[in-house]
Amino acid sequence: MAEERYSFNRRLKLVSFSLMILGLIGLSFGFITAPKNIQEVREIISHHDNGEDHSDNSLKIQDKININSLSIKYDSNKEEDEHTISHDEHVFHQLSNKPWAALYIAAFFFFMISLGTLAFYAINRAAQVGWSPILFRVMEGITAYMLPGGLIVIFILFLSGLHLNHLFIWMDPDVVAHDKIIAAKKGYLNAPFVIARGLFFLAGWSLYRYFSRKLSLAQDIAKDNRNHKKNFRISAGFLVFYIITESIMSWDWIMSIDPHWFSTLFGWYVFASMFVSGISTIALVTIYLKSKGYLKEVNDSHIHDLGKFMFGASVFWTYLWFSQFMLIWYSNIPEEVTYFITRMEDYKLPFFGMVVMNFVFPFLMLMNSDYKRMNAFIVTTGIVIIIGHYIDVFNMIMPSAVGDQWFIGITEIGGFLFFMGLFIYVVFNELTKAPLIAKGDPFYGESERFHY
Amino acid sequence: MVESNKYIHAVYDDDDTLLNAVKVLKENKCGIDEVYTPFPVHGLDKVMGIDETRIAIMSFIYGCIGLSIAVLMINFIMIEDWPQNIGGKPSFTFFENMPSFVPVLFEMTVYFAAHLMVITFYLRSKLWPFKKSENPIPSTTDDKFLIEIQSNGEDKKIKALLKKTGAMEINMYEKE
Repeated sequence: MAEERYSFNRRLKLVSFSLMILGLIGLSFGFITAPKNIQEVREIISHHDNGEDHSDNSLKIQDKININSLSIKYDSNKEEDEHTISHDEHVFHQLSNKPWAALYIAAFFFFMISLGTLAFYAINRAAQVGWSPILFRVMEGITAYMLPGGLIVIFILFLSGLHLNHLFIWMDPDVVAHDKIIAAKKGYLNAPFVIARGLFFLAGWSLYRYFSRKLSLAQDIAKDNRNHKKNFRISAGFLVFYIITESIMSWDWIMSIDPHWFSTLFGWYVFASMFVSGISTIALVTIYLKSKGYLKEVNDSHIHDLGKFMFGASVFWTYLWFSQFMLIWYSNIPEEVTYFITRMEDYKLPFFGMVVMNFVFPFLMLMNSDYKRMNAFIVTTGIVIIIGHYIDVFNMIMPSAVGDQWFIGITEIGGFLFFMGLFIYVVFNELTKAPLIAKGDPFYGESERFHY
Repeated sequence: MVESNKYIHAVYDDDDTLLNAVKVLKENKCGIDEVYTPFPVHGLDKVMGIDETRIAIMSFIYGCIGLSIAVLMINFIMIEDWPQNIGGKPSFTFFENMPSFVPVLFEMTVYFAAHLMVITFYLRSKLWPFKKSENPIPSTTDDKFLIEIQSNGEDKKIKALLKKTGAMEINMYEKE
């Protein structure tokens, strides 16, 4: 029995590096073109008023800016001069946030994929699943990105804590001093505590990942099932830890970007998002490896099961999305509903487009049992789901960071490509480090013969 | 071929033997009319070459019908017939007030998809209360498996074949 090992081929390596380079160029373009001070913002706005068409889309100012900006309503009684100053300052903050938000969204999104995969992996271990052990190594490969990805996210938070950007307004002592609501949350929302929490959570998840991987590899050459049983126990323990820390992480890293707003099911909502994009990524990586001649034992029933999970998790995500939206829309309490008003007014296309991409499309594509066996359907749907959930994260972060100054341009795509390249490199590099199939798993035989 | 009302019944006491018998009969191009089992035998439909059921497709269509009926109903009641202001909800157009209709739309879809599918199943499999049971021998609901083959004049050949497949008993049976 020859050990099946994956070798990272040069072409994919080249793809991942060129994605990173392209992404870096896009991101640095965003950082360079972002306005450095209020004067530049005034220039951009006056350019716009002169009717000049900006070829640089990322700096395009929309016409409704003069109507929409909250600061205007707030200052409307004051003198005209003061009004333009505060308006320009507002736009300045939004425009300087733009490349940071693009960076943060992409960093979080790819980290979220691997964390979702880790949760899926732990569920499979704890539920003693019979069909999936054949895919354990693929999942372990994807979760390898979690530690570096998480560190990058925390590093960006750290930079925000150093006031290099204005992503999280609660990190700005000036804002907190004038805002009673945020000041009252200072005990929970302060940079050192948030970063320490983040590091603690990431350490917990990484420890589980480290030991589970170690036990999984040890099981390959073991003569008994001790490693497997131990892995079962730590997986069950991890799931308890995960569901609590994931919730808190979603408040800290995403919800806190809007410190005046809160939602109780936000943690699950973020979980559903990471779960479904994680499963889609497992399916995509599996199909890629199979198309390259690895994972020969994976049959269309395994793909069918992944397709079912993609379908079910997409519907679950929609359920939570709608539950959050409808409850707030229905009661229409001003302090809650602004969250959705900004999204529906300024983000109409991404906000409703993502529901089509994350619900309607997979719902119709993956309903048929035969379609779930066809790689083309799974790959198409997987790509749409992954892009759809990137837009989901975009919708969670952008409106609070840049308001109506958003655009999916070079900076945003650059951020996405950079982290995609990094993700591909880390994941496929990890796949070379162990046999692609966990043959020692006690459920491996069942998984290999699995058919549905 | 003359349609006869004579049938050969072969009784088995094990689902693996039954599956194997069906395979052998298929290989010998022997038409099977019916197989009676006390529980679903995994893979039996595949060996017998029965077409896949289309009931899921029907269910999807019923769901679409349910959704359409729900949309038409709510649109007529809430928007067209009497668009009242109820607690400030925007009853101007269907889409403006849609989130509050979604629970009904969802439930109606599921209701139609589920119930009409079940009724379709009853109709297609001819099941209803007071229907006369069709079991040739009652023990097929307990622990016996039975293959029914219509007699075509070559009874001896078929019987010999059935014997080989491990049938416990082989009987002739006449349907009214």
